[in-house]
This record gives sequence, C-alpha cells and structure tokens, in this order.
Amino acid sequence: MPRNSLHDIAIIATHNTRQARRLEGENDMSLIMEAIRGVIAQAGIKATDIDGVNVNTPVWGLSPREASQLLGTQPRWVGNDFMGIAAVMEAAGAIATGQAEMVLVGSAQAGEYGGGGAVAPWTRPTHEFVESYGLYTAAEFAFSAQRHMHLYGTKQEALAEVAATVRNNGARHPLASCYGKDPITADDVLASRMVASPFHLLDCCLTSEGGAALLITTAERARDLDVDPIYILGAGTDRQGLSYTRAPVWDTYGAIGQRAAKRAYGQAGMGPGDIDVCEFYDPFSFEIIRQFETFGFCDLGEGGDFVMDGNIGLDGKFPIVTNGGLMSFGHAGTVQMLQKVIAAVEQLAGRVPDALKVPGAEVAMATNGGSAALFCDVMILGREQLQ
Amino acid sequence: MSTWGNTELLNKPGLPEPRPTELSKPFWEGCKQGELRVQQCQDCKGYVFTPEVACTHCLSDQLQWVSSSGKGTLYSYTVIHRPQRPEFEAPYVAVIIELSEGWHMLSNLLDCDPDNLTIGSPVQVEFVPRGEQVLPMFRLQS
Repeated sequence: MPRNSLHDIAIIATHNTRQARRLEGENDMSLIMEAIRGVIAQAGIKATDIDGVNVNTPVWGLSPREASQLLGTQPRWVGNDFMGIAAVMEAAGAIATGQAEMVLVGSAQAGEYGGGGAVAPWTRPTHEFVESYGLYTAAEFAFSAQRHMHLYGTKQEALAEVAATVRNNGARHPLASCYGKDPITADDVLASRMVASPFHLLDCCLTSEGGAALLITTAERARDLDVDPIYILGAGTDRQGLSYTRAPVWDTYGAIGQRAAKRAYGQAGMGPGDIDVCEFYDPFSFEIIRQFETFGFCDLGEGGDFVMDGNIGLDGKFPIVTNGGLMSFGHAGTVQMLQKVIAAVEQLAGRVPDALKVPGAEVAMATNGGSAALFCDVMILGREQLQ
Repeated sequence: MSTWGNTELLNKPGLPEPRPTELSKPFWEGCKQGELRVQQCQDCKGYVFTPEVACTHCLSDQLQWVSSSGKGTLYSYTVIHRPQRPEFEAPYVAVIIELSEGWHMLSNLLDCDPDNLTIGSPVQVEFVPRGEQVLPMFRLQS
C-alpha cells in the first residue's frame, strides 16, 4: 500500500482532565484551559508555537474561531466544530497540506445536565418523527441490539460481558468518573434495572463532565521535541445522514463503519489481526459486538461468541476500551469522541496506569459513532511511523 | 398488558407533539384524516421517508404523496422503562415498523404484552391524538 501524507503526521501530546458526573467548581472553560496548558507542557512547546486550532466548549459557547483569539497565537488555520476522529483527520490534512504545523484540538463540557426526571437533554432528539414516540439515544441503539439478537441469537449475557469488561477498566483509571468502584461481573449488569430493552442500566454509557486536548504535528517536527509521538497509520469516515431523525434500520445501517475500516486498513496495509488494542466507541454494550463483526474481527452474527471467548479483556487478544470509555471513563459533550483517539495514543505511548497497560501494544484502533447514530469513523494509530 | 394504549395516557399534557414543517405538512394532515401518507417517486417508483425535497433514490423532483396500506411488520422494538421524560408512562414500547411498501418508520406499539413481542409480527396503523396533532401508531394483528 502506498504511503500518503497522513503517514507523516504524529500526535505528540494528550491531556485528560478529571472526569466526573459533576465537577464541582469547574465550567467548560476552566476544563479546556487545563487541557490546553496540559498538552503545551507535555510537548515542551510555547503557546505561540501553535498555528492551528480546533477547540470548542458547548456550554460556554467557545467556537474554534473564538478559541484562536483567546489563545493569542494568531493561528493560521482554524478547524470546524466537529470533534473526535474527524477533527483529528481534518487537522492532519491541514498539516499535510502545509496550512499549519502544530495544531491544537480539544473540547470540554460542564454544567449542562442537571439530572432529574428526564434523560440528558443532548440524548433527546427533537425531530418530529422521533420525539413524540418517547425515543432517546438508548432506545434507538436498542433497536439494533434487539434485531441482532433476533437474527443471530445473540445473548444478553454477551452484552453484559462487554459492559462488565469496560466498566472494570474504568474503575482502575484515576481520572475516570467511575474510578475506585468495586469490580463487577456480567451478572451485576444483568441485575441492574432495565432502561430500554435489551439494555440494562449498566449496558449504557454514563453522562459526565470533563475535558481533553491533544497536539498534532509533523513527524519531522516531533523528532525535534522530547515527546513520544504516535503516528496515524490510516483513517476513514462512514456517514449516512443525520443522527436520530429516521429509523435506524439494521439492514441499511447495521454495518456502518465498514467502509471507514476498509479505508483505514488499506492505508495502514493492515487487517484486524494487526490490531493490538480496540478503543472502540462504547455508547452501549452491543455496539462493541457490532464493531467486531463490522470491522472483520469475526463473522457477521458471531460477535456475541467472540466477546464471550476471552478476547476482550486486558489479557485477551483484542482488549477493548482500556480507559473505561463512555461507560465509565467519561461521556462529556463531544470531547468523548476525541478521548477515543487519546485513549489509543496514551495506551501506545504507555501513558496509562500499570493496571491498564496492554504489554507490547504497537497498533491501536479508535472509533467514533455507531449504528443508530448513522455515522462511524475509524482511525488506526501506531508506535512506529509507516515507512 | 401494557397500559400504553389508553388514550388519556397517550395524550397527557406535556407529552411532545410533532411540529410539522413545510415539507412534512401533508404527512401530518393525512394523519388527521386517518390516512398514512408517504412520498413516492413518480420516476423510479421508490418510496421516500422521512420527507425530502427530492427522491433519495434517483434525485428526481417528481415526488408525490401517496397513501400507504398502513399494514406492515414489527422490524425491531424496545421496551422503554426509563421514560424520555416523566410525562411518558413507562413501560412503553417503541418500534421500527416495516410497511408493506418496504419503507420504515419509528412509532409506538399499542396495547401489547411487552414480554411477548416477536419481530416479524404483522401490525396495522392506528391514529392517536396528541395535542393539536394526530400520531400514527401501530397495533399487532392476530
């Protein structure tokens, strides 16, 4: 596979703030500033070295353009609001075409969800063909799981195994919302109250506050800095429309992300067997099963058995969501999508607690989105630059 | 049996009601007249839902509102125990329906036993008032 200009791009610094359901005394500006200062310090650069910015805060309302002004660094390049893998791809593309050399990407959220009788506001679709039926994100994703269980006999226990695995990782990450929680089993997941069948409470992601940022630059620039660069090996997007406006029909959207994964594998010259760490998007337990099938780690319909066969633990062949993910690390605003990339980078760079280290991890796959969201993006990252 | 089907519960104050757009107005007007409408392309004959300005199969602008049979099958479902907002009386059943013409829509299933639902079961549309609007919902056919 020929090299492309993405292969000369590296992520050189990452910073997560503490994540929690509520971060008392913080707002999304205090969090984003912590994350920005964190990556600048880790990379050993000056703020004025940053010449590209994609930073936002949804509650305070900071836009990327405004962020460029706040930083006072006169960036040459400003990215779009969209956060996560797509933002990293966009920044990498800007660097690859010479628009910028050192790009800051980050976001934070705090102060939006007050709890109470309704599900979190950003999970409640307002669309005219959705809202009136009492739907929300968990219910929309439940359609995919239910259909898969019907077609392939996937068991509730398989979903619970995923949820327990992910949550037990988060319980061991000091920055995670669920840090310090006692280990749980699949039975505990099955015993938690039902939210939207087949999802029990512990099959679902949490809502929380937090922030994160990362720095992207050229491989050449990275060599001049005292950093552990992690390289982009391949990436792809799969977009099939607006989230939560139409029925997430399994036959149409069930394999969403496959086109993204194929492109990412193609660029990296790799396949599923080359992936050491799976930082997959985990809004709901079933989506991990779906991704193993969609990305070719196992055949369609075999994802349930695959996750039950000891593959997904930290000592398994394909460890999943090693920081605890959306289920137990953090699920703040859109920064949670960027945190999938950060989880992959930190695992490869060894910047994780010993208890969560995947020994010898060289290649990681990060993903965003899922079946009911009608989009799924994929990025493959590596310790070694593609030659 | 689910309580979801009692007209009073389905039309409780505070429950969200659809806000028709210029594009969707014919759909909601149809519901008020007891007719489930869907757009059909007069060029490629494909069905388009949710409403669009052009055919999503061939980009033709020859879209026409036609009457659906209102019959279909249960494509997938979820029994919701944690309501979207307190005005929804849980548990209630949200569904994806595959209409006989091959298009899909989100809805609720009326008066069913949430513990004994089978994907593929035949359903029939029924119209239920909600505030100023009327919602298409579905009932299992025996």
